Amino acid sequence: MSGAVAMQWSGAGDGAARFESKAATRETPLVKWIIIGLSLSFFAVFLLMPLVAVLVEALRKGWETYLTALLDPDALSAVRLTLLAALIAVPLNLVFGVAAAWAIAKFEFRGKHFLITLIDLPFSVSPVIAGLIYVLVFGAQGWLGPWLSEHDVKIIFAVPGIVLATVFVTFPFVARELIPLMEAQGKEEEEAAVVLGANGWQTFWHVTLPNIKWGLMYGVILTNARAMGEFGAVSVVSGHIRGETNTLPLHVEILYNEYQFAAAFAVASLLAMLALVTLGLKTWVEHRAAAAHNEKQDDAS
Amino acid sequence: MSIRVSNIEKRFGDFVALDKVTLDFPTGELVALLGPSGCGKTTLLRIIAGLEAADSGRVLLDGEDASGTHVRERQVGFVFQHYALFRHMTVFDNVAFGMRMKPRAQRPSEKQIRAKVHELLDLVQLDWLADRFPAQLSGGQRQRIALARALAVEPRVLLLDEPFGALDAKVRKELRRWLRKLHDELHITSIFVTHDQEEALEVADRVVLMNRGRVEQVGTPEEVYRRPATPFVYGFLGSVNLFHGRVDGEAVRVGEDVLPPDALTHESGTFDHGAEVVAFARPHELDIVVDVASTAGVAARVSRILAFGVTARVELDGINGTTGQHFEVELTREQVAALGLAEGQAVRLVPSRLKVFERETTGAGAGAAA
Repeated sequence: MSGAVAMQWSGAGDGAARFESKAATRETPLVKWIIIGLSLSFFAVFLLMPLVAVLVEALRKGWETYLTALLDPDALSAVRLTLLAALIAVPLNLVFGVAAAWAIAKFEFRGKHFLITLIDLPFSVSPVIAGLIYVLVFGAQGWLGPWLSEHDVKIIFAVPGIVLATVFVTFPFVARELIPLMEAQGKEEEEAAVVLGANGWQTFWHVTLPNIKWGLMYGVILTNARAMGEFGAVSVVSGHIRGETNTLPLHVEILYNEYQFAAAFAVASLLAMLALVTLGLKTWVEHRAAAAHNEKQDDAS
Repeated sequence: MSIRVSNIEKRFGDFVALDKVTLDFPTGELVALLGPSGCGKTTLLRIIAGLEAADSGRVLLDGEDASGTHVRERQVGFVFQHYALFRHMTVFDNVAFGMRMKPRAQRPSEKQIRAKVHELLDLVQLDWLADRFPAQLSGGQRQRIALARALAVEPRVLLLDEPFGALDAKVRKELRRWLRKLHDELHITSIFVTHDQEEALEVADRVVLMNRGRVEQVGTPEEVYRRPATPFVYGFLGSVNLFHGRVDGEAVRVGEDVLPPDALTHESGTFDHGAEVVAFARPHELDIVVDVASTAGVAARVSRILAFGVTARVELDGINGTTGQHFEVELTREQVAALGLAEGQAVRLVPSRLKVFERETTGAGAGAAA
């Protein structure tokens, strides 16, 4: 999902109608149904079926097993840790993302392109590598390891490491969402605000923020989904200590490796539901953003 | 409030946007900064507002050096070309913005703000739109709201950047008249930027003509139109015919032909014998002579006759010494009929009034019949 953060502004419907109503761009019905059939069956096999399978497997041994698996102390502790990591990572990335997007969209400075590349780094690097970086820096044999153990600070195989890894892998979402939006909006409204006597904070709060709020919301939703679902980087730094450093995805893996399939799928269904909620929220935000964008289009015409 | 800019210089990389510009804007006047795109007029306006900093030179507001004053404290009203209304706020909130952003000690009460906003919306005749969003307004309405918003902070000067640039021709004309009326009521020192000569001449008390970062001429609309000081101004204001020639005694020689000496206006000054010059004549200052035997004026061939308006326009191509040039002559329809002009006919053009300038090495800019 990492690359697909571009927001769909316009509904697909009106664009498609334009192609279909014109003889020049209309395809034969055969081509049309082959393409539709292909994409729908791919969607069903690779996306819908796993989702159904998770729910079916989770409930195979009945509601009782399902609830037991969810209320297991280790599972609850995994839920708590996952929520904690998201609760820290999301606000941090909200602030950093807005700051980075602001810097890139509104200022000219040396190293701007380098910063853009850096923002994309978590997308381009494997999450496992991301985890390893933290182990190399903060681990017992790492650069800062001896100093940290001297001062009794635990980062790797502890909660701080998990939070760090989560922050790292979710970093691009907010910034990537906001940069094109802020670049497109330009700085005229901010200039107008300053001429009217607003100070920097007032300009940000009353003019900039309202203009980017839907893009920001979208970035936050994606950040949250990734923060809760992250496996690779967190797996490397976590140490898999049950009831202490296991997040939900790690807990699923442990249960699965122990052949507790029903329990594994029960916990996995929580993550699946999170995905559904995210999808619903995302659609709603997209809808609102598209409405706001259409208004803006009228504004420009 | 009077504005004075002195020796303003501004560069963008190698490009010189403003080259030692010095100008005075007296209190209460409506001044137009007129020039082609890239002449530095918008940059100058933004420097006066404080949105841009000059590389050197000073901006004096009411005699006080404002170079160190932040935009926020300059008390200027700025109207942007694309309005820059806050799109997520209603018209009311847009106009109230400036008052609400004031420090608490100076901020009027919400009741006073409401009264002031409605007063301003009345002034721009759009009180009935208070609850709408900018996206629901037409271009002309948005521009008027932008003006009301700028006036809300009681600015000492009003700066307008191409205020009618994004509007269609009809609305433009209407708003032009309306802005003039508004200025006559408020008498606030105003500067507006435009590339439309008609707009500048029609609306402004005074016109500042700019080209390539320099001021070419300052004067009332009539002055700059009747007595252009430079070839650029002549070419920029209205259509013009241009002759490249050489001074020959009293006359100007263009190729084989000679422009009649009595057409040269005295303000042209004196030129050395043999000096390279350009001579300008407005379309109505050229007469067409159909007599082929005549040797007066310049030879040309009629290429098109446009006789749909009150006056007729004849377009001609130069022949002999002026090959490749185009001329434009304005006549009454009766004159066209009396002359019996036909397309393709060879005629001679005799200017009745000519303005002569020494040829600049950089070129006069405007082509013939621009």
